[in-house]
Amino acid sequence: MAEIVGGAAMSHVPAIGASIDNGKTQDAYWQPVFRGFAFSRQWLAALKPDVAIVVYNDHASAFSLDIIPTFAIGCAESFAPADEGWGARAVPVIEGHPDLAGHLARELVLDSFDMTIVNKMDVDHGLTVPLNLMCGSPGAWPFKVVPLCVNVVHFPPPTGQRCFDLGKAIRKAIASYGSSERIVVFGTGGMSHQLQGPRAGLINSDFDKRFLDRIANDPESLARIPHLDYIRDAGSEAVELVMWLVMRGALAECTKELHRFYHVPVSNTALGHIILEDAR
Amino acid sequence: MSGGPDNAGIPGTIIFDAKRARQGYALNAFCMSLMQPENRTAFKAGENAYLARFAMTPEQRGAVLRRDWNGMLALGGNIYYLAKIAATDGKSFQQIAAEMSGMTQEHYAQMMLAGGRAPGESVEKPRG
Repeated sequence: MAEIVGGAAMSHVPAIGASIDNGKTQDAYWQPVFRGFAFSRQWLAALKPDVAIVVYNDHASAFSLDIIPTFAIGCAESFAPADEGWGARAVPVIEGHPDLAGHLARELVLDSFDMTIVNKMDVDHGLTVPLNLMCGSPGAWPFKVVPLCVNVVHFPPPTGQRCFDLGKAIRKAIASYGSSERIVVFGTGGMSHQLQGPRAGLINSDFDKRFLDRIANDPESLARIPHLDYIRDAGSEAVELVMWLVMRGALAECTKELHRFYHVPVSNTALGHIILEDAR
Repeated sequence: MSGGPDNAGIPGTIIFDAKRARQGYALNAFCMSLMQPENRTAFKAGENAYLARFAMTPEQRGAVLRRDWNGMLALGGNIYYLAKIAATDGKSFQQIAAEMSGMTQEHYAQMMLAGGRAPGESVEKPRG
């Protein structure tokens, strides 16, 4: 039986990818950012998961306004890095896990989560930056990836509660998967940030710290935060934080916090990161 | 959002909903086209001619040509789509964020280094 062996949440700021691609990770601006993930890289290397389910949002890369799936699951053999307007990132192609993704899609739909099934998809910084933060820049990614996209670009995104419940359904579906694979779940995006308009640059560290304080053992209260509260209090793009709740839902009722990192600024964004494991 | 103001009363913020997606469909479709290198080359070679391929309004075309980011947002552009114009221009997200908030690059960068824009800070009402 497959099992979930850990969860992590992290921001997926595109400038982090650019700093890696342009060889700037040792600059004074970037050093603290990568230092904040030193523990995380060791943790993941020691954990040696077989698969990561990466919950992220597509930023108008695979999905345009033509089709906007609320929840989409990538079932392909592999996923290429997207060209987001400056050429595709030179990171390794992401190896998928069609069998597990297919199992998840079937079980989730039967559990009343109407997933959109995607058999061809390029993946953007929302997925590749978290892989870099957690794995560095290896020649090949050390595990297979099941991409799970959540719409947070077109209002309204799914509610926090729905995302939390999706995570719980993922946990149930993993428990019925007939392999001994060990799986981590990443919830990406956030924390406070606003990229649009005259209020661009908004950061609300108090909001972020409260969120970090509650994700381990009071996720129910976070699941009740309305979209407009995120947008008003923590910036229009902070609503990405609902994706952290998918990760949290996939873990046990009680979790323990292994690591936390918070840093302002990363470009226009407050970077947040937390690692959780089931409390045993 | 039906019945309410489309920025939900949140200053300096546009909620990108179904109405915005209809209004900005062609503008955002133009932005999506810039994901292909040959289209970026064609756009740079002649912006007017390239924009004529898309069923945008004259106001939307004008806002693109002027790189009026707030104008594009007001006309149905979505920030993640508009970012592809910035990328084509070789501009970072932080550069256009500074422009959208009416600040110099330097001032904006300093504000971010000092912890970002405070949540309670008053900002001008968005157009549109």
